[in-house]
Amino acid sequence: MRSSAPADGPRAPWWLAAMAWGGLLFLHFPIAVVALYAFNTEESAFSFPPKGFTLRWFAAAAARQDVLAAIGLSARVALLATLGALLLGTLAALALARRPFPGKDAVTLVFILPIALPGIITGIALLSAFRLGEVTPGFWTIAIGHATFCVVVVYNNVVARLRRLPHSLVEASMDLGADTFQTFRRVVLPQLGTALLAGGILAFGLSFDEIIVTTFTAGHEKTLPLWLLNQLGRPRDVPVTNVVALTVMLVTAAPIVAAWWLTRGTEDVAGASK
Amino acid sequence: MTMAVELSQVSRHYGAVRAVDGVSLAIEDGEFFSMLGPSGSGKTTCLRLIAGFDLPSAGRILLHGQDASSLPPYLRDVNTVFQDYALFPHLSVLENVAYGLRVKGVDRRARERQAEAALEQVALAGYGARRPGQLSGGQRQRVALARALVNRPRVLLLDEPLGALDLKLREQMQTELKGLQRRLGITFIYVTHDQGEALSMSDRVAVFHQGRLEQVDSPRALYTRPRTVFVAGFVGTANVLSGDLARRVSGGERPVSVRPEHIRFGAPAGDQVGLEGTLLDVQYHGPVSRYEVEVGGAVLTVSLPSDDGPEGSRPRAGEPVRLAWPRAAMVPLEPAA
Amino acid sequence: MSALTTQPGAGTLPLAPTRQGPWRALSTGLYRRPALALLLLLVPPLLWFGVVYLGSLLALVWQSVYTFDDFTMAVTPELTWANYLALLDAANLDVVLRTVGMAAAVTVACAVLAFPIAYYMARYATGGLKGFLYVAVMLPMWASYIVKAYAWTVILAKGGVIHWFLGKLGLLGALEWVLALPVVGGTSLSTSNLGRFLVFTYVWLPYMILPTQAAIERVPQNLLAASADLGARPHQTFRAVLMPLAFPGVVAGSIFTFSLTLGDYIIPQLVGPPGLFVGSMVSTLQGSVGNVPMAAAFTLVPIVIVSLYLAAARRLGAFDAL
Repeated sequence: MRSSAPADGPRAPWWLAAMAWGGLLFLHFPIAVVALYAFNTEESAFSFPPKGFTLRWFAAAAARQDVLAAIGLSARVALLATLGALLLGTLAALALARRPFPGKDAVTLVFILPIALPGIITGIALLSAFRLGEVTPGFWTIAIGHATFCVVVVYNNVVARLRRLPHSLVEASMDLGADTFQTFRRVVLPQLGTALLAGGILAFGLSFDEIIVTTFTAGHEKTLPLWLLNQLGRPRDVPVTNVVALTVMLVTAAPIVAAWWLTRGTEDVAGASK
Repeated sequence: MTMAVELSQVSRHYGAVRAVDGVSLAIEDGEFFSMLGPSGSGKTTCLRLIAGFDLPSAGRILLHGQDASSLPPYLRDVNTVFQDYALFPHLSVLENVAYGLRVKGVDRRARERQAEAALEQVALAGYGARRPGQLSGGQRQRVALARALVNRPRVLLLDEPLGALDLKLREQMQTELKGLQRRLGITFIYVTHDQGEALSMSDRVAVFHQGRLEQVDSPRALYTRPRTVFVAGFVGTANVLSGDLARRVSGGERPVSVRPEHIRFGAPAGDQVGLEGTLLDVQYHGPVSRYEVEVGGAVLTVSLPSDDGPEGSRPRAGEPVRLAWPRAAMVPLEPAA
Repeated sequence: MSALTTQPGAGTLPLAPTRQGPWRALSTGLYRRPALALLLLLVPPLLWFGVVYLGSLLALVWQSVYTFDDFTMAVTPELTWANYLALLDAANLDVVLRTVGMAAAVTVACAVLAFPIAYYMARYATGGLKGFLYVAVMLPMWASYIVKAYAWTVILAKGGVIHWFLGKLGLLGALEWVLALPVVGGTSLSTSNLGRFLVFTYVWLPYMILPTQAAIERVPQNLLAASADLGARPHQTFRAVLMPLAFPGVVAGSIFTFSLTLGDYIIPQLVGPPGLFVGSMVSTLQGSVGNVPMAAAFTLVPIVIVSLYLAAARRLGAFDAL
């Protein structure tokens, strides 16, 4: 009896393929809409179909001070958060990758919490902590908040790679005369290379795009997502908003794909599902 | 002569598990020393203790007379060839071999020269630019060897290095390793679970069982004069007679061991002793045939040349038989613990 | 100690003496004390997490038992259960139910939409196509959240794509009818619960697709073959073998969709009728009103619900599918 549901081989039934591709189309449809409107000549970009094709909004956006400031802030925060996450995440991964010790599960849970709990909780928790410590919200509070939930993304990637690193490599290096630090530099770090890169890229994207926690931890500064949120109440500014939206999407999506490509072949593409 | 390696009452515990239990041994400079035993016997743990990958729970480890018990591996003058070769995938073959020199600060030209020389020594000249991933198992093993030897260690540790190779290659490598050790004149400490390998390559063999050392002797002595029941059974095939049967043939309380090739069919004559039993099975092994005989609850193995005697003169399965062997061929063993 | 290293073996080595710097001494010391090394590695991240994160969470929970004086608009450290009791007020309960209801609806919708895609990806795509599909799912997932929400406001608007499309198909009357329905509808598409529901479903869909796809992939092919061999027809195999085994993946995905909806306050703000979600309550309470204790009490709601959900999900095997 010929079964019509084996894995590789016979083609999918037409209705399944239709549902699958339809779903994917649904996923990409709004993105296409944004892209489309970025080129629209019409100022009121809520109308459909678009009236014409132009690139002038790109130039207009590039000339806007607030846009540039927002991009700059987001980039600086993301950079700092990524560095912090790389450092803390790698330390944590080195500690937790091998030996079990009492409390290991609890420690792992703590690292996962910032990303598992709804962002609003992290946001308000951090905010009330800052208020208690009488720290004025600003650049540093944003960066600290971002670094906190970016750690787990780096941690996942590094732990996954460390687990596949045969311990005999470390022993061989020490056997040949290298102490722990030399071994880390010459053997472990090169092996971690792509995992760190992928984790860093994911952390950067996560930070760049983050809005919920940021609304709590930011003072008067506006990161790019905050700027976009603010724009939603300004219908006259719509074309520039469209352009910025499209650019943001391209900027954050491309490195994510790169990160996926770097870690593909590992058994879990860590960080792929936020 | 200073001992190359000395273990003095060394133990390694993991909680309640005693991986190595009170082992003492002395390995001479320039000898090919094997540590033999089944998996879990403690031989690999011992090797790791000597190398420094693990620190002992008790006892002392001396390298060339100096206490190395708490030294990390990079401070010990020993090098290791790993079971999985442990070649660094991100470095070329030459960089792998030169690694130890680089860490010590040898300048580039000198270390590349020495690395090339080491590769020549293991018949891999010209492979320097390749990556470990491009090599076969046997080639990787040689690179691991070269990488260890280029540092001119006084003691080389080998952890079941031939385990992953096929039979023909393994036999070839055994000969090469033995030749290499003779030429270099350094101490080889070789861990294996293959008793044939240990017997054919070593000057002396240490037999491990459940974390303890059962016997350390030359291969010949291990085979002809095993000291314990385990050694008798692990090194070659042995027929171990204990209790009642032992008393009947040797007159003593201790278990005795008789090698299959010393037993003949027939009634005991002259200086021989014997037992009666039933033949269970015959296995043809080419030059020899093995006969399994049930005797008083135990099963003895008899090994005879296949072509001896006219067809039909050998007993068949199910028939009652008599076995005989020289009294001197029996080896008394230590009483079971 | 150095004698061992400067005594090479059979020949002499023209090398510099082994380095004896402070790093090496530190390395040796740590080698002998692995527990200490572990501690040193863990201290920085734990310090950060312990102090910054856990500390602030605890501070928040602690604040939920403080008092907020309506008149002076000040927070006083008098301990009270009033905030939690207030949660049971009709208005607040309404908020909670509305949020949970939307979360549940979105979860179901995502599960239904994701399954065909996940199934197709897992069982019918190989090699290049599979990689392409993976990227096709990940790109929208990582595209900026706020951009996606914004895109939907554009799409749902009166002059936007959907209206134009429905107009061309002559279905505007049907849209009016749907919008007139009690719970689902609203004054316009972009101020209706339906619209809000669409946006939520869209935004969280990839989070459901990936775990489901992973779970389906993990169902061993030989199980399905065995089922067919024993006489089951394809849809029976699907229902009896594949679905139960893939279900943990769906549950794993539902953790994301459920908890993300619970805590969201931006999408409700952008799309849908007025009517607060838990997230928006928290945001307003601690922001303009300054009633941090009440806000803290409100945050406990998603924490508790998500914890219960996680416990249930773990029972259903979702953690292995993550």
